[in-house]
Amino acid sequence: MFKIITSVIARDLKLAMRRQADIVSALFFFIIVVSLFPLGIGPEPDLLRKLAPGVLWVAALLATMLSLPRMFADDHRDGTLEQLALAPHPLGMVITGKVIAHWLVSGLPLAMIAPVLGIQFDLSSDALLVLTGAILLGTPALSGIGAIGAALTLGLRGGGVLLSLLVLPLYIPVLIFGAGAVDATVSGLGGEGHLSLLAAMTLAAIGFAPWASAAALKIALE
Amino acid sequence: MIHWHSFSDFIAMGGYGLYVWGSFGTTALLMTIEPILVIRNRKSTLSRLKRQLRAESRTTAE
Amino acid sequence: MNDRFNLYRFASPATFYPLAGRMIPWFAAAAVLFGLAGLYLGMLVAPTDFQQGEGYRIIFIHVPTSWMSMFIYLVMAFWAAIGLAFNTRLSGMMAQALAPTGALMAFLSLWTGALWGKPMWGAWWVWDARLTSELILLFLYIGYMALVAAIDDPRRADKAGGVLLLVGVVNVPIIYFSVKWWNTLHQGSSVNLTKSSMAETMLWGMLLMALSFWMYSIAVALTRARTLMLERERHTDWVKAELAETQR
Repeated sequence: MFKIITSVIARDLKLAMRRQADIVSALFFFIIVVSLFPLGIGPEPDLLRKLAPGVLWVAALLATMLSLPRMFADDHRDGTLEQLALAPHPLGMVITGKVIAHWLVSGLPLAMIAPVLGIQFDLSSDALLVLTGAILLGTPALSGIGAIGAALTLGLRGGGVLLSLLVLPLYIPVLIFGAGAVDATVSGLGGEGHLSLLAAMTLAAIGFAPWASAAALKIALE
Repeated sequence: MIHWHSFSDFIAMGGYGLYVWGSFGTTALLMTIEPILVIRNRKSTLSRLKRQLRAESRTTAE
Repeated sequence: MNDRFNLYRFASPATFYPLAGRMIPWFAAAAVLFGLAGLYLGMLVAPTDFQQGEGYRIIFIHVPTSWMSMFIYLVMAFWAAIGLAFNTRLSGMMAQALAPTGALMAFLSLWTGALWGKPMWGAWWVWDARLTSELILLFLYIGYMALVAAIDDPRRADKAGGVLLLVGVVNVPIIYFSVKWWNTLHQGSSVNLTKSSMAETMLWGMLLMALSFWMYSIAVALTRARTLMLERERHTDWVKAELAETQR
């Protein structure tokens, strides 16, 4: 069972490594969006510290959105997806692998770069730590929920914009608790409660989303 | 049983007229427009389908 | 076996179409009657609220539209579940026919909420938990309608829309509680709109208005569903018979 997941992850990572430019541009999108905010708002450290969690999280949501349309589109184009759907092992397992692979190339780099960007916003080291942890914990849920949207909009015209319309409202709880964790740390309340809720959401998303995506993919491939 | 003393009282709504009538007016307007649009869409669909049906029966008759 | 046959027969557009056609005038009439009764009680008879003055009368629109916007989403999700489980043609059309009315209800709820908020809170928009959730619900409606509109094949549109609705309905409580929690953490601005002790006439007025909006939604959605049925089944014999009958 787990062999399917690991082999899908390995395959998707190999494919992603061939197109490193995509990963890098999503990462730079994140960096640029976050850096634009101080220019728009002004450089007062107090204000920036207050805005940092929300800004970083919204930028992270948008950056994960960028790579979502690619999640199934390439496999769909060359026919791999139909073979995977017809294969004896459950499609949900395959998608679990694809979700994890997507997170490794989108969410994980964001979490790595986020503390650096947090410094721009004058966050304390505690807050930076919680920010990294929150992005690490929350982005798998984004990849999971995003997989449903990617499967639903597979092959549709205007798929990218439509995808964001479907998926962004569903991202709201992750945004609230992700940004809330950092907020709570900044204000000295401690972000543990938020982080555990975030972890619960990620577990639920990783558990359920692949199966919903599998149903959506089968509909799209019919 | 009527709560109001005069019609102008009713319109003024104790100073909240703009808000109350703004709510009721928009709702009444939209809930009139929606059925009109739905019925119009139904009529145009019906006539289009009838046209298609007639065209089809003509081609099969020939 | 017989039972099953009946269920399918009932769920087939050919039987449902004339049935719906006979029911629509009744629902429309009920909507008007309940609406008139509700407006009479709410606008003419109900006393002034001791806290909010006459401004509270927006409740007679705001609460029914909020209820309907949530209820219609649940009904759509119910049809989606039926459609995905039993593969019935009717359910997708019902969900699609309900969506615009649900979105309208969500919009009206927001609009009246803003008009209520201005005199009560001093601002058109407050990030109150309930208003925020209603806004997100409107986004969900828009997402559903955009997805269904983007798919040309009606069967795929029904099923994809169904999956989205089920995912959405699982998320609605999570979104609601997260927004509520976010709201209590950030500021205590959520004034309770409905809790102030209500006179009996107010309650009845509100319930009658809610019934009226309910009947209205059914009538509009059924009309829309009937049009969808004709369009989708235009190559079947029953639609051709139906069209020939109304030819005169």
